[in-house]
Amino acid sequence: MSTRSLVHTKVRLRVRVDPVACDAFGFCAELLPERVTLDEWGYPVVDGTPVGSELVELATRAAAECPRRAFHLERVVGDR
Amino acid sequence: MTTSTLPRVERLLHTGPGGPIGPGLADHLALHGQVAIPTGDDPAWAEALQAEVASSGLAGRGGGGFPTAVKWNSVIRSNRRPVIVVNAMEGEPASAKDRALLAWSPHLVLDGAELVAALSGARSVVVCVADDRDDSARAAQRVVAERQRAGSPRVLAVRRPPARYVTGEESALVSWLEREDARPFLRVNKSVPLTIGRRPVLVHNAETLAQVALIARHGAAWFRQLGTADAPGTTLVTVSGAVRTSGVIEVELGTPVEDVVQRSGPTAPMSGYLVGGYGGAWLAPELGATPLAPAPLARAGASLGVGIVVALPTSSCGIAETARIARWMAGQSAGQCGPCVFGLPAIADDLELLAAGWADAGAVARIDERSRSAVGRGACRHPDGVAQLVRSALTVFAADAAAHAAGRPCAGRHRPTVLAFPAASTLSGGAS
Amino acid sequence: MLAATSTSMTEAVWYAIRATGVVALILLTVTTVLGLLSASRARTPRWPAFAQVDLHKRATMLALVFLGIHIVTSVVDTYVHVGLGPVIVPFTSSFKPLWTGLGAVAVDLLAAVAISSALRQRIDPRVWRGLHWLAYACWPLAMAHALGAGTDARQLWLDAIAAICTVAVVTAVTWRIGYHRTTRRDAVRVSATTRAVPARHRPDGLHQTDARKRRVATSASATTASPTTVGGSTPTATRLLERDSR
Repeated sequence: MSTRSLVHTKVRLRVRVDPVACDAFGFCAELLPERVTLDEWGYPVVDGTPVGSELVELATRAAAECPRRAFHLERVVGDR
Repeated sequence: MTTSTLPRVERLLHTGPGGPIGPGLADHLALHGQVAIPTGDDPAWAEALQAEVASSGLAGRGGGGFPTAVKWNSVIRSNRRPVIVVNAMEGEPASAKDRALLAWSPHLVLDGAELVAALSGARSVVVCVADDRDDSARAAQRVVAERQRAGSPRVLAVRRPPARYVTGEESALVSWLEREDARPFLRVNKSVPLTIGRRPVLVHNAETLAQVALIARHGAAWFRQLGTADAPGTTLVTVSGAVRTSGVIEVELGTPVEDVVQRSGPTAPMSGYLVGGYGGAWLAPELGATPLAPAPLARAGASLGVGIVVALPTSSCGIAETARIARWMAGQSAGQCGPCVFGLPAIADDLELLAAGWADAGAVARIDERSRSAVGRGACRHPDGVAQLVRSALTVFAADAAAHAAGRPCAGRHRPTVLAFPAASTLSGGAS
Repeated sequence: MLAATSTSMTEAVWYAIRATGVVALILLTVTTVLGLLSASRARTPRWPAFAQVDLHKRATMLALVFLGIHIVTSVVDTYVHVGLGPVIVPFTSSFKPLWTGLGAVAVDLLAAVAISSALRQRIDPRVWRGLHWLAYACWPLAMAHALGAGTDARQLWLDAIAAICTVAVVTAVTWRIGYHRTTRRDAVRVSATTRAVPARHRPDGLHQTDARKRRVATSASATTASPTTVGGSTPTATRLLERDSR
């Protein structure tokens, strides 16, 4: 089987914030500054680039620590 | 300004010697003829209709512009009978098209709703009219009663959600129907349908449904006779501002914006056109030849949105009008998401000071930065719309903005506004 | 010989009850203060919020350990008869029923808070939040129990510890209420100029704003020094705009 005929589907991890639940506690930005910065009012600005294996633990912890459970680490399947 | 005469287009709204025709059932049948709507489930017919609407290229007329036939897929595969919601909320203050449809061609709208109901297996249709639009509500109730008397097999109801800008947003509307809470929520996966209880819901703008009713009668080829290849068909546009006759007109998609204004009789030279509504964008007068269609408008930094064109005369102040829009839209926030709740009023603050000539040197840059920052960070597209509008104002009225920022505001800021800012109801209903 | 060992055993248990009780009280104070501080969004770059919360959780766990020993030794103790029943069912003890009972109530509440926090990821966030509010009652109950049921109540060293703990908690509570008050006052207007907008055009959406969003509003603008509120001194700006458009 030629490798050219294989379809490469990547399963990536991405972080996402539910803006309705978010109350700007800022834990996510403290724990994962590589992906989250805070705007002038303390609300998260999330970088949607995939989360590599070295950040997964911090991202999981940020999701667990969020007092409003607004921070999510989700699986995205796609070629993008 | 061009002097082309716009050909009269009458598909959705018809006029006779005595004025507009409608809204009774007899007039409707005389004008459009009967359309066969199956009473029970008929998969072959459903498939045929969906294919016809798909090839017609009809896209939603409620501002989203989503391909209508594709939207039905989310509900057709469900094993529960859906609910069809007719969105006649018309939250955009500068729009009157849904009101016009309910006043003059309500049976076209309901035909469309019942066609979609038959196609998707729905047994109930809910017509949603804002709680401050009594005349439209009466028209809706009349047409529902007429159709029930004529033997419609479906349950037709009229509901009146609170009149606020965001209530017309799909998820907010469904949220109100389900639990009287007209606030949008984040939908991560749009192909998963909204639900009321366990029934999936299809929400369609009133005009979209009226177009479906016409396509079911005359076919996709007929539909495509007007409009452009990418943006087929006609659309209703509400024209207001510095024109002699403001109101709703029907035009082919792809008609240049200034031709649309020309038809209503411009009364002054223009400094810009507001296209698409308060969540749309300003268009510079030099770009007046831009066709009223999604792609060309997007290239010009605007969007089609809901069919709206407000002609701003040079005697008015674009910055001041934008400031008023920003302030009103900030107040229309559902109050759920930080970037909207805090970002929009801050933008409005700066715009008001800019309009008054009291802004500091960094105001324009700050407005632009905050607008860009608000995009995509809310549960709905409300902040995105405001951001688009505000940023377009800074581009179209750049010279004006610079003068205002330098402490030399124009006199136009004192002129009465050409826009409307209705008082809104509270989120759970009841006019304020 | 036997009598001597049993007396020393009883004394050891007696010391253990009091010692673990005091330590548990101190740790409960620490965790309460930390909880109040992080709810008030009091944080510094060296003491970020997640660290405060982490310490809060660990202090609680440690408090629970000492509390566990305190309870076990109380039940086991032969000098004063407090059975297992009164530990769970308040006010049924034969020894100082009221004051011991308050301790039992505190234990019940603390158990509810601790269990819900352990299962936090699995339960509805609002349920967790509601139960966690019970934690506010734990500290005063524990303090009352210490002063009422504790036999060292009139000793200087215990009084000193109790005073320090009380001062710490009262300060933290004041801080918390002050934070809440500031946000509520400022919450009605997100920015200065909004206040000046005539009622007809006032964005009523702000009054609709969820209380949570209001709380955060001012904390965020308080912690960042940016000029978010512009022109607080020019309320007439918007009047200039609206005056002629009536």
